[in-house]
Amino acid sequence: MSELSRRVGEVIESSTIEFTAQCYELYRSPPLGSLVKTACDSVDLYLPTPLGEVKTAGDVVEQYGIVYNVATTSIEPGRRPIARGKDEATEADIYRSSPQIEKLLRTEFNAIAVGHRQDGKVLYYLPANPPRIHSFVYQCVPEEVAEFSGSFAFLPMLMNARLAVPIEEVASAALRQMSRQAEDPARFLVSAGKELAALLGSDFGRLKAVLGRIQQ
Amino acid sequence: MSEKTHRLGMVVSGSLTKGLEVRLDGATSIEEMAVGRYVTITGGKRSFFGMVTDISLGVTDERIILSPPAPADRFTAEVLSGTGTFGTLHVLPMLTIGGDTGDLIEGPQPVKTVPAHFAEVRLASQQDMELVFGGEDANMFYIGTPLDMETRICLDLPELVKRSNGIFGKSGTGKTFLTRVLLIGMLQKSKAVSLVFDMASEYGWEGSSESKHGKVKGLKQLFPANVAVVTLDEESSKRRKVSADFVVKIGYDEIEPEDIALLRQTLNLTDIGVEGVYQLSRKFGRTWVQKTLEINPDELPEGLNIHESSLQNIQRGLATIQRLPFLVPRSTDNVVQRILEYLDRGINVVLEFGRYTDITAYILVANLLSRRIYDQYRAKTEKAIAEDSPPPHPLVITIEEAHRFLNPATSSQTIFGIIAREMRKYNVTLLIIDQRPSGIDEEVMSQLGTKITCLLDNEKDIDAVLAGVSGRNELKSVLAKLESKQQALIFGHAVPMPVVVKTREYGSAASYNEFASSSPAGPKKAGKDIEELWG
Repeated sequence: MSELSRRVGEVIESSTIEFTAQCYELYRSPPLGSLVKTACDSVDLYLPTPLGEVKTAGDVVEQYGIVYNVATTSIEPGRRPIARGKDEATEADIYRSSPQIEKLLRTEFNAIAVGHRQDGKVLYYLPANPPRIHSFVYQCVPEEVAEFSGSFAFLPMLMNARLAVPIEEVASAALRQMSRQAEDPARFLVSAGKELAALLGSDFGRLKAVLGRIQQ
Repeated sequence: MSEKTHRLGMVVSGSLTKGLEVRLDGATSIEEMAVGRYVTITGGKRSFFGMVTDISLGVTDERIILSPPAPADRFTAEVLSGTGTFGTLHVLPMLTIGGDTGDLIEGPQPVKTVPAHFAEVRLASQQDMELVFGGEDANMFYIGTPLDMETRICLDLPELVKRSNGIFGKSGTGKTFLTRVLLIGMLQKSKAVSLVFDMASEYGWEGSSESKHGKVKGLKQLFPANVAVVTLDEESSKRRKVSADFVVKIGYDEIEPEDIALLRQTLNLTDIGVEGVYQLSRKFGRTWVQKTLEINPDELPEGLNIHESSLQNIQRGLATIQRLPFLVPRSTDNVVQRILEYLDRGINVVLEFGRYTDITAYILVANLLSRRIYDQYRAKTEKAIAEDSPPPHPLVITIEEAHRFLNPATSSQTIFGIIAREMRKYNVTLLIIDQRPSGIDEEVMSQLGTKITCLLDNEKDIDAVLAGVSGRNELKSVLAKLESKQQALIFGHAVPMPVVVKTREYGSAASYNEFASSSPAGPKKAGKDIEELWG
């Protein structure tokens, strides 16, 4: 699988703790809980430099995020789509007879920052700078997911985030996906559960909510 | 400590006096833990050695108990085990190993601090146990194995016999077997000789066993050259086909007023009666028993200030003693001298009582002989000190039913009370065997060097045995959980820390062979070599 084939979109909004990306294709967002990454150079090559100074490319910092929200809306905020399928037999027929729809809608997803990779090492804390706008966003390949989920050190960042979506849903979706790449999925989920139990020691209700969603 | 054992968990809190709380890892099964087990705690600079004294369950959030996972929900239960719910061990730290160079040479030291937070706790490995309890050698005698381990727990017997010791336990918990094993150990490794007052005739020759073996061999059968059996009851010995070395007869003239005073309770003597005994002995000298019995109460001899009824009281008491068949008006044989000759030659003496298991006979004979042997020992030791010659062999006197001699009322009068208190000054110590330690004078109990106790379940007895021991509350729970057979808690002078042992087997052919093979000449102790090297 080449790098391009996993490219799913571009960053259109960015902050330290999360970023929003627009998908290149309608409805082709990575699923809830997937691990995505952006890649950008640590040195800002686009800004002008003082006279005589030569800019060399710095290290590439890859930022990891977990998809917590996916939304498909009209490209113009004030203009809502209208129902078109009254005379069509199937949903697919609507898109076929009005090909412009795909251009009038867009799919975006939000990802919460859970770590980054620098010098080839996965670091489970926030990078110095958020990704730049138009950074490409890739969906991580299974090997990378397995590598990233080799440690549960990202869980504190995830569980402590304040998001519009219930965090228990996001965390359990992420763990379910990661468990598929683990050697022993059942073992992986138990270990993850133990990590969560330590994290949510004082909040048995939340712990139960996550555990209920990840058990097989 | 190259051998790594299974990690159990880590220290989370505690104190030196109250012990440490160890939180178990999720992977450690709490069901595999047991009180009395040993653990090593790896601190920053040194290792700590401790004993598990309690095991409990904990939760991080009370709500887990209020809404526990459904029985079918194995996943949640598995996740919670070791995280939300966890096991804790209560560990009593006892020794430190390693640390600075001084410690390395001197071996395990008593604990004076606790390990830091989160120090790793592991089950003690065989090597750790050997480091603490030593391997078998010329001085170390294998007494048993710790729970669930193969390591041999050894007692430093030359050290052991320097003080008086006690073996306690309820009836039927294996005191007699333990005593046999210990007597063999002393015979082989301590250079001390034993004098055993064998009330039930079970140490010298064959004794009975509750197990399948039926009969077990006595000391004389295993070590004929080193043990002499003497008997009070020739007939019984013959019936049991015991080859007794000689028969003990005691003359009336050997009985002293102190012996009678000790028997006050069993002979039903009044206070005034006991006073009278002293008067009578002063008046008549050595033949006082005979002469007192001959007095006609109506014709009191001159110079005696004894009331008629008191005299009758004394006469009744003496008549009881007189009925004992081993007492003769005048003994031609000097029993004490003969026993001492054996002891001087390094031969252990077992005195069988045969049919005279009556406590009166036991107290009378044990006290009478011990006092005179002790006097001789005292004289010899003093002479040896004066002449700078080697002192006599250390002597260990084994007595059963010790609370009869050493109860608070009589312990000050009996020779055993004196031996227990004055201890090793004159090279004589006691091995006390008793099932009712609470009946023994506290002062005597506190002087015992090493205590070996089998199961006790009476609260008073447990308190009496553990009085003055550090960590006694913790040891209490260990003592009360001992199995009713073949298990004993050893603590005191001869072991570096309290230890629960499964007593070494005694009674099978293999066990006899093993005893015979562990000859006294073993490899020299490293410590001794170092001493010789460096002077």
